[in-house]
Amino acid sequence: MKSLGIDVGSTTVKAVLIDETGEILYKRYERHNARVRELIALILEDVIKSVGPVEVHAAVTGSAGLGAAERAKLPFVQEVVASSTAVEKFLPGTDAVVELGGEDAKIIFFGQVTEQRMNGTCAGGTGAFIDQMATLMDITADELNELASRAEKLYPIASRCGVFAKTDVQPLLNQGARREDVAASILQAVVNQTIAGLAQGRKIEGNVAFLGGPLAFLPELGKLFVKTLKLTDEQARFPKDGQYFVALGCAVEARRFDPLRLDEVAARLDKAEEIAPSGRLAPLFASQSEYDEFTKRHAQAAVATADPATYEGDAWLGIDAGSTTTKLVLITDDARILYSYYAPNRGDPVEVLREQLLEVRRLLGSRIKLRGSAVTGYGEELMCAAYGVDDGIVETVAHYTAARFFEPQVDYIIDIGGQDMKCFRVHAGAIDSIMLNEACSSGCGSFIETFAKAIGHTTPEFAKLGLFGEHPADLGSRCTVFMNSSVKQAQKEGATVADISAGLSISVVKNALYKVIRVADPAEIGEHVVVQGGTFLNDAILRAFERELGREVTRPAIAGLMGAFGCALHAREVGRAESGLISLDELEHFEHTSSAARCGLCGNNCTLTVNKFTGGRRFITGNRCERGAGGKKSAEEIPNVYAYKLERLQNIKPIDNPTRGEIGIPFVLNFFDTLPFWSEFFAKIGVKVVLSGTSDRNIYSLGQDTIPSDTVCYPAKLVHGHIQALVDKGCGRIFYPCAPYNNVEYDRADNYYNCPVVAYYPELIAANMPVTKTIEYIDPYLVYTRKGFAKKAFEAFKPYYPDLTFGEVKAAVKAARLADEQFRSDIRVQGERAIAWARARGKRIIVLSGRPYHIDPEINHGIDRLITSLGLAVVTEEAVAAQGNAAPLHVLNQWSYHARLYNAAEYVSRTGDMEFVQLVSFGCGIDAITGDELRSILESKGKFYTQVKIDEITNLGAAKIRLRSLVAAMEARDRASGKAVSARG
Amino acid sequence: MAKLVYDKEGRLLFTKEMAAEYTVLVPQMLPIHFEFITKALSLGGLKVEVLNTTHRGIIDAGLKHVHNDICFPALLVIGQMIDALKSGKYDVHKVALMITQTGGGCRASNYIHLLRKGLIKAGYDFVPVISLNLSGLESNPGFRMSLPMISRLICGVVYGDALMWLSNHSRAYELNVGETDALVKKWTTKISDEMKHTRLPNRRKVRENLLGIAKDFGNIKMGGEPKPRVGVVGEIYVKFAPLGNNNLERFLRSEGAEVVVPGLMDFIIFKVDNRVEDSIIYGGKAVKKAVAKILRDYIIGYQNLLRECLSAADGYPVPARYADIKEMVRGFLGYGNKMGEGWLLTAEMLELIHSGVSNIVCTQPFGCLPNHIVGKGMMRPVREANPTANIVAIDYDPGTTSVNQENRLKLMLANARKALERQRAGDPSTERQSEQVERETVAK
Repeated sequence: MKSLGIDVGSTTVKAVLIDETGEILYKRYERHNARVRELIALILEDVIKSVGPVEVHAAVTGSAGLGAAERAKLPFVQEVVASSTAVEKFLPGTDAVVELGGEDAKIIFFGQVTEQRMNGTCAGGTGAFIDQMATLMDITADELNELASRAEKLYPIASRCGVFAKTDVQPLLNQGARREDVAASILQAVVNQTIAGLAQGRKIEGNVAFLGGPLAFLPELGKLFVKTLKLTDEQARFPKDGQYFVALGCAVEARRFDPLRLDEVAARLDKAEEIAPSGRLAPLFASQSEYDEFTKRHAQAAVATADPATYEGDAWLGIDAGSTTTKLVLITDDARILYSYYAPNRGDPVEVLREQLLEVRRLLGSRIKLRGSAVTGYGEELMCAAYGVDDGIVETVAHYTAARFFEPQVDYIIDIGGQDMKCFRVHAGAIDSIMLNEACSSGCGSFIETFAKAIGHTTPEFAKLGLFGEHPADLGSRCTVFMNSSVKQAQKEGATVADISAGLSISVVKNALYKVIRVADPAEIGEHVVVQGGTFLNDAILRAFERELGREVTRPAIAGLMGAFGCALHAREVGRAESGLISLDELEHFEHTSSAARCGLCGNNCTLTVNKFTGGRRFITGNRCERGAGGKKSAEEIPNVYAYKLERLQNIKPIDNPTRGEIGIPFVLNFFDTLPFWSEFFAKIGVKVVLSGTSDRNIYSLGQDTIPSDTVCYPAKLVHGHIQALVDKGCGRIFYPCAPYNNVEYDRADNYYNCPVVAYYPELIAANMPVTKTIEYIDPYLVYTRKGFAKKAFEAFKPYYPDLTFGEVKAAVKAARLADEQFRSDIRVQGERAIAWARARGKRIIVLSGRPYHIDPEINHGIDRLITSLGLAVVTEEAVAAQGNAAPLHVLNQWSYHARLYNAAEYVSRTGDMEFVQLVSFGCGIDAITGDELRSILESKGKFYTQVKIDEITNLGAAKIRLRSLVAAMEARDRASGKAVSARG
Repeated sequence: MAKLVYDKEGRLLFTKEMAAEYTVLVPQMLPIHFEFITKALSLGGLKVEVLNTTHRGIIDAGLKHVHNDICFPALLVIGQMIDALKSGKYDVHKVALMITQTGGGCRASNYIHLLRKGLIKAGYDFVPVISLNLSGLESNPGFRMSLPMISRLICGVVYGDALMWLSNHSRAYELNVGETDALVKKWTTKISDEMKHTRLPNRRKVRENLLGIAKDFGNIKMGGEPKPRVGVVGEIYVKFAPLGNNNLERFLRSEGAEVVVPGLMDFIIFKVDNRVEDSIIYGGKAVKKAVAKILRDYIIGYQNLLRECLSAADGYPVPARYADIKEMVRGFLGYGNKMGEGWLLTAEMLELIHSGVSNIVCTQPFGCLPNHIVGKGMMRPVREANPTANIVAIDYDPGTTSVNQENRLKLMLANARKALERQRAGDPSTERQSEQVERETVAK
């Protein structure tokens, strides 16, 4: 009897009909555009046409097939089961399968016991991810594949999830990296994601089959897999019909179930009851008249225009070189708009802006005099270099300048762009508190765009549909990767495209309110709210926002142009006599080339993109500091206790003549706090310490494939590489103790724990790195500040050093404690010096706080140097913590590293020339507790609280905006209070 | 509204006056156990009400009032309480809230502070919060853990574990649907009624009741095909609370599985045992260690009693001994690994596999810190030692949809059914293999 398998995926439907031998009689692969039911009905009709309404075995599989099968009372086969069945039958001898779908990634290991793994809730989709990236580059997935085939180099792109990758890809595009290289880097990110995220330590080897749509249609992706996994041509299997395999397996599995007539299958699907929609919301607009009233009200926030063909006089140009779009506004002396432009930058912002500047220069002619120009946004520096724009300003300042124009009393601004959300409060004329979206919820605006495109609509069309969706789907308020599966769920429950569109709009709004601003009560948001950014041009989003907030807001008619408009106003304020912007003639002969290079000025060896422009102008990106950019050395002179502390640790000298051999220590996590102790301890017992080295991308990749939990913080993930590095150095012994407890530093602390990850990571390493079995891996529970530690240490080391005496250990512990104290006092002294230096020169001081391991340059990505390059001194939290006294606290103060933060913040809160910046590793759960508490300590005294979230992403763009806004806000605050502290040398 | 009294750190106290007038709201975690726990608290003089709400508004209230990066259980528990205050069902000036606090090194010890922050944000700063803990954190004049209360609480956990354990098995095979639920109801009512008469621990009475329970369950008519047995381990709240795990047990049952949930006793013994282990690992006062040991062995005595009585129920599995579970994890993790569920979580997986339940759902809140180590971090060695282990890790958070979770659970269940078919088809290799490897591991 024939057998039918229907695979309903997140984006496509695949169906196959096979005969008894497994021969394919019929197959079809099609995007379902969220209309699953209709498409299946069509397919069945088609099948019946070719074979008649015969009896078959039939079953449904796939991530979106579960609901369909349940409602139609058809058998369901779990998709991983289906795919392994197909492989066993059609590709015998396969050892492992890599299968990528629209949103799922799976690996199946065959062998003694079949082991199957699916991507976790956090691991971003794959096919959808590639689509999203292709959209970002304004090409199709096939074109992306084609580009990738001509790649010359690969850039590191965060492989964890789409949102992160986007944050890496966007700057690469904006900074002019070769599109071929970016395309290949995107595909490589998918490969890394699959290997690191899914295989989790188990090697993908032997005969490997590659299945699923993306692998069937994008040969370059397959090639990168083969290369990365080091497979031979015989081992790599790319079966014909790879995209049908799940459906095939489903057809085979269907034989377990009772046969059904094909027309009966169709009838069941047709009759399938629509289950009551769960989690639906009220419609955005109940009627057309409600909508009309709404549009009428918002039409009032308009700005006057002037005709460039007749206007005579002065003009100012504002440019917003955003991450996905380029915006321009040209204004008159009374702020009327002469010209404006808003369009995607198609992955080539330099060229887009050139065309526009040509247009502007032509419009100006000789009648209109360009007095000044200013640029903001991701491409600020690049555009300044390329086109000689007069001023670069930070985005927050640009937006405030524009918002004030429409609503002079504005006290709250919310800007949602394609990639970024920015919210800030305005207090006494200064930007008072800035909230940028953390990496995990960014990209909401462009998510809607991508989603609209994926189901065959333009963004405005899609938004319009949402306005009158009857039962908007409740899609939650988390990052977009989660939203993909919420959409899947809603589709399963029969939500229409209109309902999903409306639901997405509501989710974007909820993200902004609850995730970024974290508002409990609309009253917390000011009276005079201005909303802006391209995303708010979408009426559905605007409506959802007012609804959620429970109040009316101002949306300027030029909501998408506010950054550019603000720049133009700023340029007008600066009051230059004439703009130095590139001339018409130069524009016509403008040339731009970009090439890759490596900076050799320090150990970081940053990958650089060198942009060269006509007239010999150069702009270099990719470097972490100013040095590679050919820039100023002055930043080096400003005190940086982060750099000092790192060097202090790196420079601990191992002994020359060990009597008891060597021991390897991974330079990770709490060793950034305890290394001085342990180094001295081992030195005194005659053991030479071998340090694994300072983290970098290479060290990370050494151990990447043994990380069992993809959501753990990056500092922990780095440990794997360090252990491997030690083994590679030939260490036969590695010491990495478990340390649940820490130092008792402050009497008022409730306890002195380390976080669970820091405390027990040594045990995770032992369990997940087979290499630790080939050496002596020593991971006892040792807390050196405890009484009786010497005895415990003696017991722990005796087995490895049989001739060790207790007397020796006692002496070593004593010496080590002194070394520990010396280290701490050195940091304090250095901190005091830095503060004195800064005060003597009237410079501001940033207390850059976090965990001890945040001084690792691979973890902080050079944020300390970014701060010094802004002319601010950097000290660490422990340099000032002793002078603070944060109590009573509103949290249980039970982690030692946190106690330092609270005290340091308290000290900063009452110190005029200091500001507090907290580095937080993504995934650090306990910083959800510290962040709020630190904010309240600082804000209670009128200080800013700035949090910078960091991950493996190497892009400093967001951090930079935040820090520059902080500087701008400090200056504004001081201007307001009449103080003047120079922030820039 | 009672007079608001604060301690010197500014914490709002739960006063004697409040104890007399206020209703204390407690978030649900274990439906059977909490019947007894609330009874014990109310016999201690409190008017207690367990919150059994499950609607979406809870998550929204949590998202609004708690830092969104905090663990899911905090979000749910705090959301549930604030949602209750907002529901209009209670006079908010005559309500107090109670929450547990373990004092361990994970975030859970801070829930109470997050709750207070949430209350201030929501405008309920006048609502007192009571900490229920055994670590001597935060005292209140209106609530004291008396000896009878502690004894009743321990007995409550013993009864709760017994009923949960037996009913999970009988529900899978009962021929007369509903019989199990009726028995659970019968015994919770009977024991709750009796509680007021037992002021001090009365082992004889507990034994009598447990034997009665065992006998009743032994009489339930059971039959049908053997079902795949699925164990549930994980972070304590999402492991037990239906609100936390999208009603996982019900889902597994509806898919034709028998659910095996290791009880709460082990967790309590584990928490006390940690104090003993700490003094062994780091040294410390001998007195402290001795006191912890006495308390630990006292509770273990009740677990032994529980095991002894349950073995009287014909055809039911018997829960493992704490000491055996602890022994099993040797070589996987150290006994100093105590934050959150610590080594116990890994040990429970090993024990389940050892007792033939090789299908396991490991539940965790998204980004749970201890579970990085003891859950996901230990799967590799657990699988290596037990090649037939069929473990699925499920993350819970406000954004995860049930379809995603169910899909992964279905994969685990499909594997489970296949294994069961193989086993029934007389392929004993799988069983034996795992036992052998295990023995070797233990021998190491």
